[in-house]
Amino acid sequence: MPAVSKGDGMRGLAVFISDIRNCKSKEAEVKRINKELANIRSKFKGDKALDGYSKKKYVCKLLFIFLLGHDIDFGHMEAVNLLSSNKYTEKQIGYLFISVLVNSNSDLIRLINNGLKNDLNSRNPTFMNLALHCIANVGSREMAEAFASQIPSILVAGDTMDSVKQSAALCLLRLNRTCPDLVPMGEWTARVVHLLNDQHLGVVTSATSLITTLAQKSPEDFKTSIALAVARLSRIVTSASIDLQDYTYYFVAAPWLSVKLLRLLQCYTPPEDAALRSRLTECLETILNKAQEPPKSKKVQHSNAKNAVLFEAIALIIHYDSEPTLLVRACNQLGQFLQHRETNLRYLALESMCTLASSEFSHEAVKTHIDTVINALKTERDVSVRQRAVDLLYAMCDRSNSKQIVAEMLSYLENADYSIREEIVLKVAILAEKYAVDYTWYVDTILNLIRMAGDYVSEEVWYRVIQIVINRDDVQGYAAKTVFEALQAPACHENLVKVGGYILGEFGNLIAGDSRSSPLVQFDLLHSKFHLCSVPTRALLLSAYIKFINLFPEVKATIQEVLRSDSQLRNADVELQQRAIEYLRLSCIASTDILATVLEEMPPFPERESSILAKLKRKKGPGNVPDIDDARWNVNGNGNAEQSESAEGTNKFSPSLMADLLPTNRPRPASSSPTMLSAGTMGSAHPFTDLLNLNSSPSAGASLLVDVLSDSSTPASADVSEENFSRFVCKNNGVIFENQLLQIGLKSEYRQNLGRIYVFFGNKTSAQFLSFSSSVTSSDTLKTQLNVHTKPVDPTVEGGAQLQQILNIECLSDFTDAPVLDIQFRYGGALQNIAVKLPVMLNKFFQPTEMASQDFFQRWKQLGVPQQEVQTIFKAKHPMDTDVTNAKILGFGVALLDGVDPSPANFVGAGVIHTKNTQVGCLLRLEPNTQALMYRLTLRTSRESVSQRLCDLLSDQF
Amino acid sequence: MQFMLLFSRQGKLRLQKWYVPLSDKEKKKITRELVQTVLARKPKMCSFLEWRDLKVVYKRYASLYFCCAIEDQDNELITLEIIHRYVELLDKYFGSVCELDIIFNFEKAYFILDEFLLGGEAQETSKKTVLKAIEQADLLQENIDFQMRLFAGTVCKTP
Repeated sequence: MPAVSKGDGMRGLAVFISDIRNCKSKEAEVKRINKELANIRSKFKGDKALDGYSKKKYVCKLLFIFLLGHDIDFGHMEAVNLLSSNKYTEKQIGYLFISVLVNSNSDLIRLINNGLKNDLNSRNPTFMNLALHCIANVGSREMAEAFASQIPSILVAGDTMDSVKQSAALCLLRLNRTCPDLVPMGEWTARVVHLLNDQHLGVVTSATSLITTLAQKSPEDFKTSIALAVARLSRIVTSASIDLQDYTYYFVAAPWLSVKLLRLLQCYTPPEDAALRSRLTECLETILNKAQEPPKSKKVQHSNAKNAVLFEAIALIIHYDSEPTLLVRACNQLGQFLQHRETNLRYLALESMCTLASSEFSHEAVKTHIDTVINALKTERDVSVRQRAVDLLYAMCDRSNSKQIVAEMLSYLENADYSIREEIVLKVAILAEKYAVDYTWYVDTILNLIRMAGDYVSEEVWYRVIQIVINRDDVQGYAAKTVFEALQAPACHENLVKVGGYILGEFGNLIAGDSRSSPLVQFDLLHSKFHLCSVPTRALLLSAYIKFINLFPEVKATIQEVLRSDSQLRNADVELQQRAIEYLRLSCIASTDILATVLEEMPPFPERESSILAKLKRKKGPGNVPDIDDARWNVNGNGNAEQSESAEGTNKFSPSLMADLLPTNRPRPASSSPTMLSAGTMGSAHPFTDLLNLNSSPSAGASLLVDVLSDSSTPASADVSEENFSRFVCKNNGVIFENQLLQIGLKSEYRQNLGRIYVFFGNKTSAQFLSFSSSVTSSDTLKTQLNVHTKPVDPTVEGGAQLQQILNIECLSDFTDAPVLDIQFRYGGALQNIAVKLPVMLNKFFQPTEMASQDFFQRWKQLGVPQQEVQTIFKAKHPMDTDVTNAKILGFGVALLDGVDPSPANFVGAGVIHTKNTQVGCLLRLEPNTQALMYRLTLRTSRESVSQRLCDLLSDQF
Repeated sequence: MQFMLLFSRQGKLRLQKWYVPLSDKEKKKITRELVQTVLARKPKMCSFLEWRDLKVVYKRYASLYFCCAIEDQDNELITLEIIHRYVELLDKYFGSVCELDIIFNFEKAYFILDEFLLGGEAQETSKKTVLKAIEQADLLQENIDFQMRLFAGTVCKTP
């Protein structure tokens, strides 16, 4: 029995707990518990009304039994009864029971809510706190529905006790996490933000958590918290360690609050206000400086609290990613931690540096620590620390150090913990591909991976090496030679047999000149592995054999012999049997020509994101794969594409990534080659270009053939892409469209009613685009309003090349539609169809008109007919920055008139739209309301349709 | 913070606090897995580990392991000190706390935790203030009259 028995002891409970502890076996414990449950049940059901104390004691026993891991199916009602007790401790146990064992029994919920309501309205802070704790602990929807509107008012009421405010803030936070739709913040926002100024640091601590949660969901509404948070933080970091009394923790001033404030600031970009920004920078510098000061205490708590703040400050610096000096300082600080004697600090430094590695400002600084990190990989005794070291090496890898890093990771792999092997394999495979300058290195690396950790090499990895070898003819001979040599090993992993079978089947001819790797030697080597392999691998090998028959007529007889053997023709596995029979027949009846066509080399794979990368993302979650720039990822790994910002956004979750996430059974070209037709006329059910398809079953074969045929003859009609259209309203140059294959850039110039657009088609792949054509189509109405002349283009676009096309445009009268650019081409056999809405808008035909204030108002009045004016009020979609707005209005084509509007905050512009038939004068006025984050835009022109169209175009830009 | 677990070296769960809604079955599964993982770690290993998509922060005090699961964005070191502050609070309240205190007064351990952490976030980090709140509650044993006296001027509507 413990000596302490504060509050009120419950003797019966203590005795029961002792009994349980004295039980020698699990059975004895269960027996004792069942006895107690029976006792409690009879007491609850008994005729005699229980007094509050007994009720509390029994409820507490039930709770104890539940926490031991047993099920409790009664006693809820008694617990709810305790809520309405006058005695604090009885109420408290009632609430505890409910918090731990909440049941969504609706009758009880109503009773519980009733108890909560009474206590919330009691104005007794202790009771209110109990109720708020209970709501925060349970956080159910029913409770949110009942109390979400009441709690904010408790939180901001002037007469609420501090401790109740704290509970209310965190209670709201919990409800906001579970049912954000039910927590109305609107009218409370400003007062909640103001809590950051509260005198009570406990209130500020709770409120900061709440505001952070709310700001993550609606940052604009809580933007005012930035200034308050910076001010608060600044006061804390500059205070002497004793100033904050009990909020100082081991000589560190308010570490929890500091961390929370720094976390809140990470919901936002750096403050725009220069003074605020420099105050924050000072804070961050002070925190970094303190890290260099001698410790004020030897206790680990002191250094932990101090470093907790430091790491959070570094997280903010990384989040801002805008202050090179701070980033480099952060990196140096973390560099010191890499060699710290505290394992925890080494772990966190590795973790934090991982994110620093992806900042352009600190990437180089991170790289200087490569030796320390490699050393950590070799010497750390804790696998979780080694895992961090692997992550960091992956993140800091670039062209300059890739060979070293890949080599180190490979050598670590041999002794790596099983739990992280697969991930290391993926990382090595990705880095080897991404930074391969010389693809022989890539092939060697992957084969090493298979040799050292074959079991952990997933299908994606070996698919990928085949995709790359097929797409790059400069490495095919080397690959064939290397796999041939690797297969010589007496025991080799099945994955190696797969890669070997596939590559020799395709490119074995490239090494057949050497007598040591003559066709027969190659075949014997592969076939020596055949019987040790699983069915899918054997199926792949059979396909390699039929490819051999085509490549090397001299081994035809040998292979036919193998195919003809009972172990193949009568194999119990239907797939193997079918392949053997079909391949045998094919080799007998087909002429050399047909055989050569059917068994032609695989066409190149379409360029797309690596399936390995997709897999790593799946493993780690998209956010956790550091610094692999998706836009630059392609099979060639030449990193050529420094694409525009738009590319990154669209590529990240592009359809091809989705396609890769779906199970693919083997690397399969998306396209079919023209030989499909001959395969079809041969009357076979198998799609022969897809010979190695491991999964083709007879029934699937036919439909696959149909799919592939229809795919290549009738290209799917493409949707018109207009996602970048509105970006061109106020500018003339940029990238209008981009996918994995093609990038389309525009340069345009306009004069009066004439325009010229230079269209640049960039082939992002390494293969040719054939039958390339690009034309412009317009709706019937638009044809009468706008003339577009296209010059024909060259039908071939070489890999990596750019093609230019010129469009001449004439505006006949005002218009609303936009012409569409239709592009067609053939890539790897498949017809591609792309349609892009061309950014030719009415405002492009503006000529700016300067005029004095007086003239402006005179014309404004002249255009006073209601139809001539169009007005719209809309919410700002971007930060309301005067300079940006100025630039946009100028880009729109009108002259910006200074000093015309009485309010300097407003923008006034004038211009004339030139069409062939007429000229339309236009006046516009834009009134920002920075408080409401709204704009009002008014346009007056002599023509209603023009006013409307211009208004639609411009109002979309802010 | 998503949850906090206290368990003994023998793997017996002494306290569990969940800040995210989970079924009893899930809670038991998580507890089992995590207790196993943490107990398998050697002393001097680092106090943090990745577990599923969470970060686990743990520390051993005598025979008890204190173990918190936090999210990706959360600060590991400050969580370690949350654990320490909670231990200090228990220590101060019970007077040199031991595992038995928490077993026999488990309800108090929960009450103290609620005063310190709510919804998985630090509510009150001042040791004095938390203990004052708990001790005040301990005094509030008796009846409504007593409370009326304590909160003179406030009206208590509790029947």
